[in-house]
Amino acid sequence: MDKFTTLSGIAAPLPLVNIDTDMIIPKQFLKTIKRSGLGVNLFDEMRYDDDRAEIADFVLNQPQYREAQILVAGDNFGCGSSREHAPWAIKDFGITCVIAPSFADIFYNNCFKNGILPIALPQEQVDVLMKDAEKGSNARIEVDLAAQTITSSDGDVFSFEVDSFKKHCLMNGLDDIGLTMEKAASIDTFEASAAQARPWV
Amino acid sequence: MSPKTLYDKIWDAHVAHEAEDGTCLLYIDRHLVHEVTSPQAFEGLRMAGRQVRRPDQTIAVPDHNVPTTAGREDPANMTEDSAIQVAALDKNAKDFGIHYYPVSDVRQGIVHIVGPEQGWTLPGMTVVCGDSHTATHGAFGALAHGIGTSEVEHVLATQTLIQKKSKNMKVEITGKLRPGVTAKDITLSVIGATGTAGGTGYVIEYCGEAIRDLSMEGRMTVCNMAIEGGARAGLIAPDEKTFEYCTGRPHAPKGAQWEAALAWWKTLYSDDDAHWDQVITLKGEDIAPVVTWGTSPEDVLPITAKVPASSDFEGGKVGAAQRSLEYMDLTPGTPLSDIEIDTVFIGSCTNGRIEDLRAAAEILKGKKKKDGLRAMVVPGSGLVRAQAEEEGLADIFKEAGFEWRLAGCSMCLAMNPDQLAPGERCAATSNRNFEGRQGRGGRTHLMSPAMAAAAAITGKLTDVREMM
Repeated sequence: MDKFTTLSGIAAPLPLVNIDTDMIIPKQFLKTIKRSGLGVNLFDEMRYDDDRAEIADFVLNQPQYREAQILVAGDNFGCGSSREHAPWAIKDFGITCVIAPSFADIFYNNCFKNGILPIALPQEQVDVLMKDAEKGSNARIEVDLAAQTITSSDGDVFSFEVDSFKKHCLMNGLDDIGLTMEKAASIDTFEASAAQARPWV
Repeated sequence: MSPKTLYDKIWDAHVAHEAEDGTCLLYIDRHLVHEVTSPQAFEGLRMAGRQVRRPDQTIAVPDHNVPTTAGREDPANMTEDSAIQVAALDKNAKDFGIHYYPVSDVRQGIVHIVGPEQGWTLPGMTVVCGDSHTATHGAFGALAHGIGTSEVEHVLATQTLIQKKSKNMKVEITGKLRPGVTAKDITLSVIGATGTAGGTGYVIEYCGEAIRDLSMEGRMTVCNMAIEGGARAGLIAPDEKTFEYCTGRPHAPKGAQWEAALAWWKTLYSDDDAHWDQVITLKGEDIAPVVTWGTSPEDVLPITAKVPASSDFEGGKVGAAQRSLEYMDLTPGTPLSDIEIDTVFIGSCTNGRIEDLRAAAEILKGKKKKDGLRAMVVPGSGLVRAQAEEEGLADIFKEAGFEWRLAGCSMCLAMNPDQLAPGERCAATSNRNFEGRQGRGGRTHLMSPAMAAAAAITGKLTDVREMM
């Protein structure tokens, strides 16, 4: 997995609440057996019209946001399905940090498996960053995972919470499965005792 | 010992390792797999030279992609990309030696209907699947939640999931439901009350007289949509109805093992003085037959209400409601029962079980769908379909003008040929009314099977109580 340590990038504003996984990556793009190549279809139905032409006023189609690396959005981002195609599409587009007042649980977890940092902040702080993002490519937002801070282009500094284990994995690009395999003895022991306690399983 | 919730008890029985910061390896009893969220996980195993740790506890079935029309065993009758995904599942099931129900098997169906039906889902278990509606299995008092593909790979390789414990929420539905009110109305009303993010960070336990009174199938409907309320999982404590449902299922224990299992299952309830981080109570008698009007499952109102205006909301919901009203092409103040529909879809992991079909057939018996309306019933599994045919329900649907389909996810998510055309409006028994969910530009109103059947007859959203 790619590491995430610091990021200084353009933030795209998407001030909608309840952005769901069907919006992020519609179902017709889930028929892939790969993880790559989904960036072109990120927010597909908001981004392209029926003839596959770009919808000019959608944020990621605007020249100043085409290279965005951060997304600032409304409450309950990523609600809906468990599809990891959503973070895959976000990452493939080039966005590695999403800032919102809250995230849906499964999406939030999926981000950390893919080198993406989701940051939940109080609404008023998201509002500040949303305004900052609306300034376009002149405004770069800085994210420092080690320090757990976000700095707006005006110098406002906000600190954010992140689970220590998730932070450790993200900063070091660690593979969860490899880490768990190191605890194989604990799993073996548990499995043996569970087989005694609940033999019907 | 300190008092525990049902969630606490199941959690404690499955912690294989706990780190100092509280990060746990939760042991997984059953892993359900479908064709859309698993190919990359199996590919990851191959690339790393890893095996499936417990193929005997891993169960695969294709459901999202498969057409629901005859001839689907032939890949030529599927789109090329769908056929590739189904073929990948075929191959992965064979290569890794996991249980598998291909489309040619009468037991094939929606993964969340097949699991309970075959007795894979039992009380007190941990159950995961790369699908958010895994919450369904919580109806058995099993801790069940959806996971992403990386986690699917993690469970395949290690039979564990890296987790931190969620908070406990109690949702109590007191008293009796009124006639015409169903499990679907309960679960939608709860989401209407809490919002789609209200359950984020929680595992919900549903309890109270109205929940106890539900059948297992109704309980599955309630838990299915726990995810729509944002919760990691929904749970209902097992009772005699649960045990009766499990009895004799192909993968349920038998004989002495059944007795041992039963003894443990009977301890699976929340202690009287257990700690709840949040409690929500609804009166059963206050719940009406409901429909959704917008593009979020929280956009729910009684069928007797009117389309709201965006000014009825606050904060970010003002813009969201405005966007929903435009997408749904609705005018504030319109009675919901005046909204005309083009399509009726009865099925999905929310409402594709035999009781759902019985409830719809009860309304449709001896009646016809409105002319010009497209209506389909998609049983949740091949066995549900066979039972419905045996009970004469299929004939009622066909005589009413419904298409009688083969089992699958169908129009719930439009990954297969069953889709809405742009602008089409559907009365659906599924679980999500998101923009484009049932097809680009399609408009979805969620409701119970009986309400969907009533809508099929009149061609508009209808209060089923007028037909009872």
